[in-house]
Amino acid sequence: MKPSCHRKALTAPVTRRGFIARVGAGAAGWLAASAPLPIARAQGAPLKVGVLLPRSGFQAGIGQDCQRGVDIAAGILKDLGLPELAIMNADTETNVEVARARAERLIGEGAQLLIGAFDSGQSTAIAQVAEQKGIPYVINIAAAPPITEQGYKFVFRNFPTASMILADAFANQKEIFAAVGSAPKSVVFMHVNDTYGTSMQKGIDAALNKADMPYKILETIAYDPAARDLSVEVAKAKATGAEALLLVSRLNDAMLLTRELVKQRWTPMAVLSMGPGWYEDQYLKTLGKLADGPISFVPWYDPNKPLSKALEAALAKAHPDVNLNTNHIYTFEALLIAADAFKRAGTTDAKALADAIRATDIADNVSIGPGIRFDAKGQNATLKNAAIQNRGGKLVTIAPKGAANAKPEWPLSPYDKRG
Amino acid sequence: MPVEIYLNVAVSGLLTGLVYGLMALGLSVIFGVVRVVNFAHGEMMSIAMYLAVALFAAYGLDPLAMLVPIAAVLFALGYVMQRGLINPFINRPEHSQFMLLLAVALIMVNALLIAFGPDARGVQTSYAFWSFALGWLIVDANKAFAGLAAVAVAGSLFAFFRYTLVGKAIRACADNYAGALVVGLDVKRLYALTFAIGSACVGATGSMMVLLVDVTPPLGPAYTLLAFVIVITGGLGSMPGALLGGVLIGVTEALGGLMFTPSAKSMFTFAILVLVLLFRPQGILGKRVEP
Repeated sequence: MKPSCHRKALTAPVTRRGFIARVGAGAAGWLAASAPLPIARAQGAPLKVGVLLPRSGFQAGIGQDCQRGVDIAAGILKDLGLPELAIMNADTETNVEVARARAERLIGEGAQLLIGAFDSGQSTAIAQVAEQKGIPYVINIAAAPPITEQGYKFVFRNFPTASMILADAFANQKEIFAAVGSAPKSVVFMHVNDTYGTSMQKGIDAALNKADMPYKILETIAYDPAARDLSVEVAKAKATGAEALLLVSRLNDAMLLTRELVKQRWTPMAVLSMGPGWYEDQYLKTLGKLADGPISFVPWYDPNKPLSKALEAALAKAHPDVNLNTNHIYTFEALLIAADAFKRAGTTDAKALADAIRATDIADNVSIGPGIRFDAKGQNATLKNAAIQNRGGKLVTIAPKGAANAKPEWPLSPYDKRG
Repeated sequence: MPVEIYLNVAVSGLLTGLVYGLMALGLSVIFGVVRVVNFAHGEMMSIAMYLAVALFAAYGLDPLAMLVPIAAVLFALGYVMQRGLINPFINRPEHSQFMLLLAVALIMVNALLIAFGPDARGVQTSYAFWSFALGWLIVDANKAFAGLAAVAVAGSLFAFFRYTLVGKAIRACADNYAGALVVGLDVKRLYALTFAIGSACVGATGSMMVLLVDVTPPLGPAYTLLAFVIVITGGLGSMPGALLGGVLIGVTEALGGLMFTPSAKSMFTFAILVLVLLFRPQGILGKRVEP
């Protein structure tokens, strides 16, 4: 049989010129595909958004919870008339260096905007990469103040800083103490020894003096965020004789601390948390009745805003047994910011996108406060925090008054009398 | 700080240390006879922990009641691993053995990640939140049960090596390899049996450890390192040394965390290791090897 022309072309001998031409064409294609500099793509194509989250490692539970915010976003953004986003997922493995490498890889693979990464240390590393490569980065959750103090042009944070969280936490605590007519005279401050935990620890003394709180911190106990046993830490805290616990923790350690409180037969007057962990669904489900009572002072949502209701409904449809929380709210809002900026910029050009994000003015949002807008540093400084309490597997807002839907239950009911 | 706090924390550290000791005992038994350091030791314990979690989730079976079956599964795994994978490497350089077992460890971690996902998993037994109050002493029930089980398993192992013919034959292999061959012992089979016993040990430890900590796939390497530190501290190849090393590390970590800063408690573990390497390189109960 006579070979076809196509067959001939394939079997033709390789010449030097042909080889160089093919290698050259291949290299040009590869360079175009992995170009570090942003290139404006054809109109109509979705914006490629790299979402970096700790999907494995000791923060996996929270990373996967943030992912729920990503999963439910597409439908809501479409209803708002915002353009489509093409999501590119990446796992930071709860590791700062992996976060940095994954950010570089996502940009190499064509991501035009980055979102993430729940943790301050990981977000700091991603911010450095984003700024270096000139790709806009919207932080969903990370509170360490230095991230937006570096003069970055491509980094934006729609999440309160540690000092904002502390100031609101103390204001909300005073409101609760006044409402229940009781306050602890002493606390022990326990915090995770990571970027967020140490940021909060550094700011707490100044914020405490400024807020004129009724209690004193008897001891500060730092612990490893990946700790597998916190019995020594709780024994040390109990030995101080403090009336209440003030905490900055994560999810796994919050569960370990609760187990130790029960086993060491210590029910403080209150568990006052200024970080994640104590309100997460995994915490509520794993510990059942023992999860009731802790009060978390956290960035939260305004249940009266229309978009909050839409987000609640979308989450209830996708995950009927999961409460809407900080992880969903702020991850969703990061995508909202990206889609809104993309619509206004009308291009995927990185500089135009960054300029559009800087000019963001979204009043119809989810989080508490007047809306989403960034200052010259790329920080949304108008966000407000709430106090929420665990009740029978659900979360109620108890402060500030404007956003509250329940009264505080005080003091913490004894662990050994919960049946 | 009241003295009761120190005693409470010391008892907690002692009970945890006994479980650490049993884990390290498996590593020590394997090294003492086969002369291979099992760098997949912690990962094998993770497999045992996941088995306990799966049995509890599916059938409500208590991890302590499942101690023997889980140890038997790990015994079989260890036997097959030694005969099929490690035996050809017995006479190869140490770095080849190291690379082989490191590869096995990586495969195990990733297989667990695929099978169970990255979430932390634990068991919520009916006694998960129990504690015993003996005057001012409050003892965590999980740690007490796990510590007692560790003592029972370690005691059985000592008895096996001292009083049974197979145990004596394994000790003969460890003491004099050529002599064991001369008297007609099936050394290859005894090596596989030893690796299996060491694996069963770590299987039993996994059943206890799941009462104390939640398991995640990346947990293994940290425990491999811990077991390694314990056997070097106690004396490589010394069974009582492994138990003593475990208790020493457990108590030191607990008291160090209480007296100084808890976030630096691992530092005390490595401080002991450095001291032992400086002043007694053969380990606390190890025998000095003459050059």
